[in-house]
Amino acid sequence: MSAEADPTQRVAIGISFGNSYSSIAFTSAEGKAEVIANEDGDRQIPSILSYVGGEELHAGQAKGQLVRNTKNTVAYFRDFLGQDFKSIDPTPCHQSAHPIQHESTIGFKIQDSAEETENTVTVSEITTRHLKRLRISASDYLGKNVNAAVITVPTNFADAQKDALNKAAKEAGLEVLQFISEPVAAVLAYDARPEAKLADKVVVVADLGGIRSDIAVIASRGGIYTVLATHHDYEVSGSVLDQALMDHFAKEFIKKHKSAGDPRENDRSLAKLKLECEAVKKALSIGTSANFSVESLANGVDFQATINRSRYEILASKNFAAFARLVTHAVEKANLDPLDVSEIILGGGNSHTPKVASAVRNLFPESTIVLAPSTSSTAINPSELSVRGAAIQASLIQEFELEDIEQSTHPAVTVTPHTAKAVGILLISGDEGTAVFHTIVDAETPLPVRRTAIIATPREGGNVLLKLAEGLRHIKITKPEPRVREPSSDDEDDESEEEEEEVREKTWKVDAVLSEAALKGVKKGAKIEVQINIGHDLTVNAIFREVGGKGGVRGILQGPKVTQNGSA
Amino acid sequence: MAAVQISLPLPVLPEGWSGEKDFKPIGHLSHATDRNIEPVGPHFLAHARRKRHKRTFSEDDRIQAQANVKKVEDDDSDDISEPEDPVLLQREAKDWKAQDHYAVLGITRYRYRATEDQIKRAHRKKVLKHHPDKKAAAGGTEDDQFFKCIQKATEVLLDPVKRRQYDSVDEAAEVEPPSKKATQKGNFYKLWGKVFEAEGRFSKNTPVPKLGNEKSTKQDVEHFYNFWYTFDSWRTFEYLDEDVPDDNENRDQKRHVERKNANARRKKKTEDTARLRKLVDDALALDERIKLFRQQENAQKNKRKNEKEAELKRAAEEAAKAKEDEAKLKAEQEAAEKAQKADSKKAKEAAKNAAKKNKRVVRAAVKDANYFHGAGDASAAEIDSSLNDVDLIITKIDNEELAALTAKLNGKKDGAAIKQVFQEEAARLVGEGKLKAGETKSLG
Repeated sequence: MSAEADPTQRVAIGISFGNSYSSIAFTSAEGKAEVIANEDGDRQIPSILSYVGGEELHAGQAKGQLVRNTKNTVAYFRDFLGQDFKSIDPTPCHQSAHPIQHESTIGFKIQDSAEETENTVTVSEITTRHLKRLRISASDYLGKNVNAAVITVPTNFADAQKDALNKAAKEAGLEVLQFISEPVAAVLAYDARPEAKLADKVVVVADLGGIRSDIAVIASRGGIYTVLATHHDYEVSGSVLDQALMDHFAKEFIKKHKSAGDPRENDRSLAKLKLECEAVKKALSIGTSANFSVESLANGVDFQATINRSRYEILASKNFAAFARLVTHAVEKANLDPLDVSEIILGGGNSHTPKVASAVRNLFPESTIVLAPSTSSTAINPSELSVRGAAIQASLIQEFELEDIEQSTHPAVTVTPHTAKAVGILLISGDEGTAVFHTIVDAETPLPVRRTAIIATPREGGNVLLKLAEGLRHIKITKPEPRVREPSSDDEDDESEEEEEEVREKTWKVDAVLSEAALKGVKKGAKIEVQINIGHDLTVNAIFREVGGKGGVRGILQGPKVTQNGSA
Repeated sequence: MAAVQISLPLPVLPEGWSGEKDFKPIGHLSHATDRNIEPVGPHFLAHARRKRHKRTFSEDDRIQAQANVKKVEDDDSDDISEPEDPVLLQREAKDWKAQDHYAVLGITRYRYRATEDQIKRAHRKKVLKHHPDKKAAAGGTEDDQFFKCIQKATEVLLDPVKRRQYDSVDEAAEVEPPSKKATQKGNFYKLWGKVFEAEGRFSKNTPVPKLGNEKSTKQDVEHFYNFWYTFDSWRTFEYLDEDVPDDNENRDQKRHVERKNANARRKKKTEDTARLRKLVDDALALDERIKLFRQQENAQKNKRKNEKEAELKRAAEEAAKAKEDEAKLKAEQEAAEKAQKADSKKAKEAAKNAAKKNKRVVRAAVKDANYFHGAGDASAAEIDSSLNDVDLIITKIDNEELAALTAKLNGKKDGAAIKQVFQEEAARLVGEGKLKAGETKSLG
């Protein structure tokens, strides 16, 4: 369709397509991302399709069919896209239609028409149907025909999987403007808030999903994001939390109704138990206690019970700890220290659970901000993070030609040299041993870069020395006995007041001096502006001048002798 | 990005420090690591822009700033600044009918295309410049004639009805149809396109189809000429009316003028319709595409005809060929049959000969076996019965079995062995039911 290719005719939304839940969002005229509820009123739309007598049920309605119509209900299919049968894990589909090998891809044997015969429907066809329903929901809500989308995918989504998803989306009438990775979308969602300030920071995005967990360590440098490390786990996920609750309630049930048998041994009872446990888990994220109530759980016996939050936290404590470990593991993978992490964004539906946030909180220093509903009142709903990011990205590139987008996302543009060490300036003293190093350009900053710093001068003014250097981050561990700390300019050092515990702080060591410059006759109380430009060829262009003053000093530092094959 | 604020003071310059231009490079940056940045977010887009256009930060800042500034300016400044003709400035307001309103406002490049907004802005601009108070303040005379012209022009152009009346007779907007000679130089579409564009301004129906070019489809061209032959024009000639005397005393005079005007308008309208008709006729006659389409049509017709003929010819050829093939095949078959017949005859004879030979061997074997009589001479009856039996066997078996039997007998000289062979054969025949048990007595 020519209308689709025409950027002016485009109506683009953001889609977050998960294994368990999907969501859709658009960016309003005021530039705010808003999540769209489907016709059932769900903002978290279960990625489930069910077929009853030729009728297609979607989302919440289809989820209800997991108990009664297991064979014709397809769930947890996102990760199967573009894969071959050998490489998929069919465990999550145990209680829904089972994946089978179909030619070179994966299919499901379901009765999707009014006839009694079973059809094999490929996973891409299922995806198309799912996306079509999402598109219709969005179109109905917006009153405009939605024809384009930015879709979020995990960081380890292979090209084949993206291709398959792209094809499925095209069949569903959606032009995929771009695939963006889920953690980056989450960071974008936070950075796009009007109150957000641009800063150089390291952000860990931890996504605790329904059947998998993904952690990404992202360096955010002036709004440009670089993924430093990722970690994926298929063991620690929302389903294990459900499992803990299921075991608990099943035991309770057996205790009360010995004759009725174990509800976990009967498929139907198990499905009922699982659905209710998921609901209980969600309720416990909001309230301190929740009701569990299932009619005819096993052998026609009804079951009702209550559980409070602390009981749940004890039941699943192992899993919470495991999740927190995942986060630290990812940080280690990126060769960073917890002290380097300035923000942790918790995403995914299970991040609503307060204990998840507190478990992560405990492993990181005070200076690290944990963004989850229970630790921060301004946190964005963790389930909506990536879809909001996608919607923002969609609004940014909506007007672009597809070719333009392709060129911008081409490796020639995205592959960028990053600084290996931090570049900063020496304060207080000109001597490397005693000086305090303050970073101006952080390590892992994409080049070219321009940074400005405003620095105070000695009280009496006069001539000042401006010494640029490369610094190395150093974690200093202080034993309990109190001693005078080296004054550190970093904010991270407020937490050291507690006694009887070793204190870890982040300090900088001068690695190599880059240049020296002098500004003479600085006025009393004046400030010095330092601007550093580092080109992609590692040429440093530094400008030092007095704020409000004239003249100043300029200097150019050539890049290393051995020429890097950095692209222009 | 906002500047980093550092509250700690800078060190004092040591005594005796010196450097060229107060700057002393010492080291180099460490080597960079190549990483993929995520193509997401507004700052990435800025990065991509810089990288793709090879701009530095400050260049990009400047270009972006300029782009933003321009947007504001666009709203403000138009190209409503045309040099004013000194003759125009001398115009008297009273013969406003003869003035070029667009020229007065300085928007001759737009004319009938000028939007209301453009007219308003042009008017404002002119007022600011030619306001009589300003002229008086500058020490000039109290000449407000041109100012009145401006007001009149605005009045006409901002009233949709009056503007149409004026546009109808705006000669400056007319485009004269090109001469035949001019169009033959190959710029038919360029020259006539302008004519039709200008004429199209009178159309009540929009959009007005474009003349197109040599690549236009037949459908488009037909649509174009149909449109122009059924042109619905709003052009009126009221603007050229004679002034109707505005007095109640001489009603007859007034009515007379009115009638005269109405007639004149009607006449002009008819003339205009005829003119347009002729214009379209001329264009059609010169349009190469019409000829081309006709040629194509003819070519297609011819092609179809040729194809049909070719088809017929091919069919005839095929039929002839098929016939020929059939005849050839038949001849071949006959030859083959004949050969086969001859072959089978030969084979039969050979078989017969072989059988004869075999029979001879068999009979000889009987003789070798001393007519199954053991040692000593066999009696005539015995010889007879044994020969009869062997003959019986021979008559009961076919040629192949006979050959097999012969093969078994070949080389055997011992009477007992030969007898055994015959006995076996007889037993086999009895087994097959071809011979009754005991029929071959001599072999018993």
